[in-house]
Amino acid sequence: MKPARTRLPRPRTRLPRPRTRLPRPRTPHLVEPSRFAPGDVLSEAVAGMLRRPGRSALTALGTVLGVGAFVAVLGLTATASSRIDARFDLLTATEVTVEDIARERDEFAGPGFPADADARIGRLGGVTDAGVLWTVRLAPGTTVRAAPVGDGADGEPVDVVAASPGALRAAVPRLAQGRLYDEFASSTAQPVAVLGASVAARLGITTLETRPAVFIGDEPFVVAGIVDDVRRRADVLMSVTVPRTTAERLWGPPESGAATMLVATETGAARQIAAEAPVALRPDHPEYLRAVPPPDPRTLRAGVTGDLDRLFLLLAAVCLVIGAVGIAHTTLVAVLERTGEIGLRRALGARSRHIAVQFLAESGVLGGVGGLVGAATGVCAVVGVALFRHWTPVLHPATVAAAPAIGLATGLLAGLYPAVRAARTEPAEALRH
Amino acid sequence: MIRSVRERARRTRRPDPATGGPTAAEVPVVEFRGVGLTYPGPPPVQALSPCELTIRRGEFVTVVGPSGSGKSTFLNVMGLLDTPTEGTYLLDGVDTGALRDGDRTALRGRRIGFVFQAFHLIPHRSAAENVMLSAVYTAVPRAERRARAMDALDRVGLADRADALPARLSGGERQRVAVARALAGRPSLLLCDEPTGNLDSDNADAVLTLLDGLHTSGMTVVVITHDRDVAARADRTVTIRDGVLDEHLRPARERTTR
Repeated sequence: MKPARTRLPRPRTRLPRPRTRLPRPRTPHLVEPSRFAPGDVLSEAVAGMLRRPGRSALTALGTVLGVGAFVAVLGLTATASSRIDARFDLLTATEVTVEDIARERDEFAGPGFPADADARIGRLGGVTDAGVLWTVRLAPGTTVRAAPVGDGADGEPVDVVAASPGALRAAVPRLAQGRLYDEFASSTAQPVAVLGASVAARLGITTLETRPAVFIGDEPFVVAGIVDDVRRRADVLMSVTVPRTTAERLWGPPESGAATMLVATETGAARQIAAEAPVALRPDHPEYLRAVPPPDPRTLRAGVTGDLDRLFLLLAAVCLVIGAVGIAHTTLVAVLERTGEIGLRRALGARSRHIAVQFLAESGVLGGVGGLVGAATGVCAVVGVALFRHWTPVLHPATVAAAPAIGLATGLLAGLYPAVRAARTEPAEALRH
Repeated sequence: MIRSVRERARRTRRPDPATGGPTAAEVPVVEFRGVGLTYPGPPPVQALSPCELTIRRGEFVTVVGPSGSGKSTFLNVMGLLDTPTEGTYLLDGVDTGALRDGDRTALRGRRIGFVFQAFHLIPHRSAAENVMLSAVYTAVPRAERRARAMDALDRVGLADRADALPARLSGGERQRVAVARALAGRPSLLLCDEPTGNLDSDNADAVLTLLDGLHTSGMTVVVITHDRDVAARADRTVTIRDGVLDEHLRPARERTTR
């Protein structure tokens, strides 16, 4: 009885009920009952499996394939996801791109980005650097030269990128020499340029000490800096980057759809900014702009464990079913072949349930061994693919642990009917075989 | 060897579990009291007419009859493979009719050693392993099984062939392995169903000599056969015809060894 919780002890009204039920006397066994010790079950099962090793191996093949496919699919998925996780670093997580889709919405619409786009986006909380940039469309045959005449006059076909200072900063450039152009240069449309290191080398510009200039077509630009690395927008490295205003003054506004805005955000702010950016930039026509947020890591992984893997898992399941049918068939044939043995075992004192257990154990061992081999094969496949692609193989321990269990379960399930069939064999009838 | 077996037989004499009275030696091994078997129809078939039969410890009895006479039914009933529909069957004094299925199975496994016409050896296991099989269901410790099997093989004169596969043995040797398997379970009754049916006369003779020897050493042997020559070896012959048991008492051989 539970102790009473009240402070005052209550009078016990209920007396403990006398135990009316006595343990039922068991009729004693006149004979010591038959036994089938677990060790014997296992050794009989293994012996039964090894009776026809070739057939057993072929039978187990279905399970091997099924379980192997299961492990390989899950392993490769995990490996690929971890690759994506690695690629999905802080940099991509803090990047938003806004695209100009004004022309798609309305063919008479002007440029999607307003002239003060940088200032507008800068007012949003969480934006660190942002700006509009596009690749300038030059007149055909326009080249970039290091000198208007003479040795350096052989032009190089180099892309020219128009970028506001914010856009340039958002690309996180690493300067080899000089500096980036600033808001002053931009607001006054100065003819300054930032070169990618490879472009500078091609133009023969090695130092900024000499105040070199480049000529885009016939327009001179002072080289303000040389960038040898960027962490976003790698095309900047292969280009001559000039202020947006200068580009507009010389070559006009960007073609529709050519301009994009690169926004670098603080950690965690990207998705919010992506939602707000179109409205902040174009309150009148937010639909003219499309903000592309960084991929959501969750959707990324969901995408990986998507359709293809589901297909492969389905295939694995089909393999398992085929494996189960194979085991069921082999075991059933074995039951029919070994009718005499069943009769003998019954004569030696085996109960019908012992016969069932034996055949169930045989099919279970067959499935379990298939599962083990399949798991090993699957692991080898995952490691092999990972080695080949120079990836880190990633396998969840539970996947590997579950594989033999799946094989065992398949085997047991498959052995159910043959085992029942074997157990139902009449010993007197069986002994006549 | 014979003496040791006899001593063992004496040691295993135990009080009758039912009454606690007479020792096992006085309790008949087999006692049929009006035992009969009728297969429910339609139409009902009386496979074994109600019969009386008592087989005492150490007897060598043959049951003779043409095929279709009900020998198999008789074997099945005596071997606890089939349950009689009438009468009472006492095996070692235990009323088998009152037993649950599991107990009948256990009784069969522990008290009856079967020898079949078809040997029923498991082909991919050695002679010794086949003999050891008899101990699997009777909770004999693993360590003891091999010793028992070797002992039994020794009794049938096949100790040197213990590791041979059945396919490597002659028909007579196979049947002797089967006898060893029956003996390894230390049964009260050796029940043989046409033990020489698949053997040539030389091998048949060897097996019958073996059974004779076992009988001489105190084993209760029942041989079911259609062969009159086999029947001639026993000191008691029971005829079965159309399911009716009939005992002709022949002048029994004097058991000089006893």
